[in-house]
Amino acid sequence: MKNKLITLMLGAAASVAIAGAATAGTLDDVRQHGFVQCGVSQGLMGFSVPDAQNNWTGMDVDFCRAIAAAVLGDATKVKFTPLTAKERFTALQSGEIDVLSRNTTWTMSRDTSLGLKFAGIMYYDGQGFIVNSKKHANVKSVNDLAGATICTQSGTTTELNIADYFKSQKLDYKLLTFEKNDEAIAAYQDGRCDAYSTDQSGLYAQRLKMQVPDDNLVLPEIISKEPLGPVVRQGDDAWFNVVKWVYFALVNAEELGLTSQNVEDMKKTSTNPEIQRLLGVASSDGKAAGFGIGMGLDEGWAEAAIKQVGNYGEIFDRNVGQGSPLKIERGKNALWKDGGLQYAPPVR
Amino acid sequence: MSVAFVRDRDAPLRPPPPGTAGALGWLRANLFAGPGNSLLTLLLGLALGWLAWSVLDWAVLRAVWTGSGREACAIPDAGACWPFVWEKFPQWIFGFYPLDERWRPLAVMAIGAAALAPMMVPGAPGKQANALFLLIAYPAIAYVLLAGGAFGLEPVETSSWGGLLVTLVVAVTGIVISLPLGILLALGRRSELPVVRTASIVFIELWRGVPLVTVLFMASVMLPLFLPGGVTLDKLMRAIIGLSLFASAYIAEAVRGGLQAVAKGQTEAGLALGLSRGQVTRKIVLPQALRISIPNIVGIFIGLFKDTTLVLVVSIYDFLGIINAGLQDAKWAAPQTANTGYFVAALVYFAFCFAMSRYALFTEARLEQAGKR
Repeated sequence: MKNKLITLMLGAAASVAIAGAATAGTLDDVRQHGFVQCGVSQGLMGFSVPDAQNNWTGMDVDFCRAIAAAVLGDATKVKFTPLTAKERFTALQSGEIDVLSRNTTWTMSRDTSLGLKFAGIMYYDGQGFIVNSKKHANVKSVNDLAGATICTQSGTTTELNIADYFKSQKLDYKLLTFEKNDEAIAAYQDGRCDAYSTDQSGLYAQRLKMQVPDDNLVLPEIISKEPLGPVVRQGDDAWFNVVKWVYFALVNAEELGLTSQNVEDMKKTSTNPEIQRLLGVASSDGKAAGFGIGMGLDEGWAEAAIKQVGNYGEIFDRNVGQGSPLKIERGKNALWKDGGLQYAPPVR
Repeated sequence: MSVAFVRDRDAPLRPPPPGTAGALGWLRANLFAGPGNSLLTLLLGLALGWLAWSVLDWAVLRAVWTGSGREACAIPDAGACWPFVWEKFPQWIFGFYPLDERWRPLAVMAIGAAALAPMMVPGAPGKQANALFLLIAYPAIAYVLLAGGAFGLEPVETSSWGGLLVTLVVAVTGIVISLPLGILLALGRRSELPVVRTASIVFIELWRGVPLVTVLFMASVMLPLFLPGGVTLDKLMRAIIGLSLFASAYIAEAVRGGLQAVAKGQTEAGLALGLSRGQVTRKIVLPQALRISIPNIVGIFIGLFKDTTLVLVVSIYDFLGIINAGLQDAKWAAPQTANTGYFVAALVYFAFCFAMSRYALFTEARLEQAGKR
């Protein structure tokens, strides 16, 4: 019996690994390991889900793949670490992961007091509403919900947000709160309330679990701000820049019309200087663009990420958008020129 | 003249009064002994029948058996979504263990089962060799096979382990570590040496006074912050240690109950015969105490087996955790998917716990006979 203990002890000793101190430069550590250590959610529809073949899929997952492609040239060189909500920041602080891409809301306290930095906003989430469009065919916006009964989970900010929003819109409403989310959804499905409210991405996931998803309409309004984005350790600016600019590259790629399909051709044929700069094409006088080098990466950093993972729009579509069962509208996550909030500084 | 009448054979047996023997009699005595009793039987029978029918109806009659996605299972009035289980089941057993290496956990389970089976049959030969193998060689073989990194086996990190594999690894290691530790603690608590006694009491009370979730959180969240920068201790390892120490405190109390139940005269008689204290403890007190504690110890083991699901809070995917993760797959999102997954989880946990419980009863009955002799 003791031998089992000893065996395990030896195992522990062997697995005591030097993960590299945070100050040593995460970028160098990643190169040395040969993979990006990425913290993801334990399972969240559309954001990080393991399939039956042990492959992780989802938006948060794809973002880590893009980082790996940009840094190491290979999108498969990622080690995913599923984390609970409570563990996620410690895992990052202790160096267990290099980047936290786990539907984490960017708030001031998290940004300023945890020794962490948010590198961008991958997904603009927020509280929304879902209604039974068969029963309430005329409800097309939250303003049509006057006098409605709304189901939601009790004791969360969800409840307060509804109160604030309906008060500011001078709308009557009745709140039916439940201890557990599942109970609230069951009540909604039994018709005990007219609408159900939680984060909009969650609404789409819940809708998919319903008998006839298309009988339920997710209203377009978002009444709270839940910007979700990747997080890195504070004090490692080089790595922070890499993560931030991988995200910007994905957004810029969509804006410039670069996709995983055409990025190679565009690199050869495009004369658009913005594309040339992003893809690291040497300019006419033979001088290298130098943007990747400036970050400590190869010139082909953005090309690798776009080719192997896709631009922001492709990632969105494949995991949560029209190309996925969830069918979430782009909404606020559309590019700025299409009326959304996704905006990236220029590569210049 | 009177004739002496001496009966030389039994009178023919008369049939028992109608309704007191056979199936009818049993029914009458046990189920319909009076109006109140009859009513209760009927009501409970109806409730049970309804429950059984509901489960059968949902799990079999209305169930969807084939399909390749949510469309198959999202049909109106559908019952259990079995194709979801068919697709995910290997993952539920092995977790994220690499697909090509799944034979390794399978081999570990098979060797374990093969070695354990003869241990559980009272008359089987080679108990001693078998025990040595199970306690010394098997953990090493299992560790090498599962973790790899030797003999040309590809290393597989514990973060890739999951599913039933992790549940079994955590539960079995927990049981194997906590039982001897618990016995030592129980003896320590009754020791006459003040330092040993105090240390045992402090240890037991400390671990019993803290909820298991807190223990796991401390091991997973706090411990990394105390360790020197960049050093990480394997997460599964941390969870197993936490769980084992936790269970050992409970085992210690169960065994202490057994020790106290052994009459003091037993010890005194042993000492009077000239046995040393160690001999008295090993040969007289402990065997009796352990026999008394079996029900409690098995209760703790069953609890430990079920408590392994709590490792989910430190993001280790045990059997239930991996089922939960699979439910987030948009490919299978349908009204009955979650129920089906939890139904399978309940069946598997019940099978293991029930088997443990029955085997404990069997052992108890056997030892009981030995005591009566």
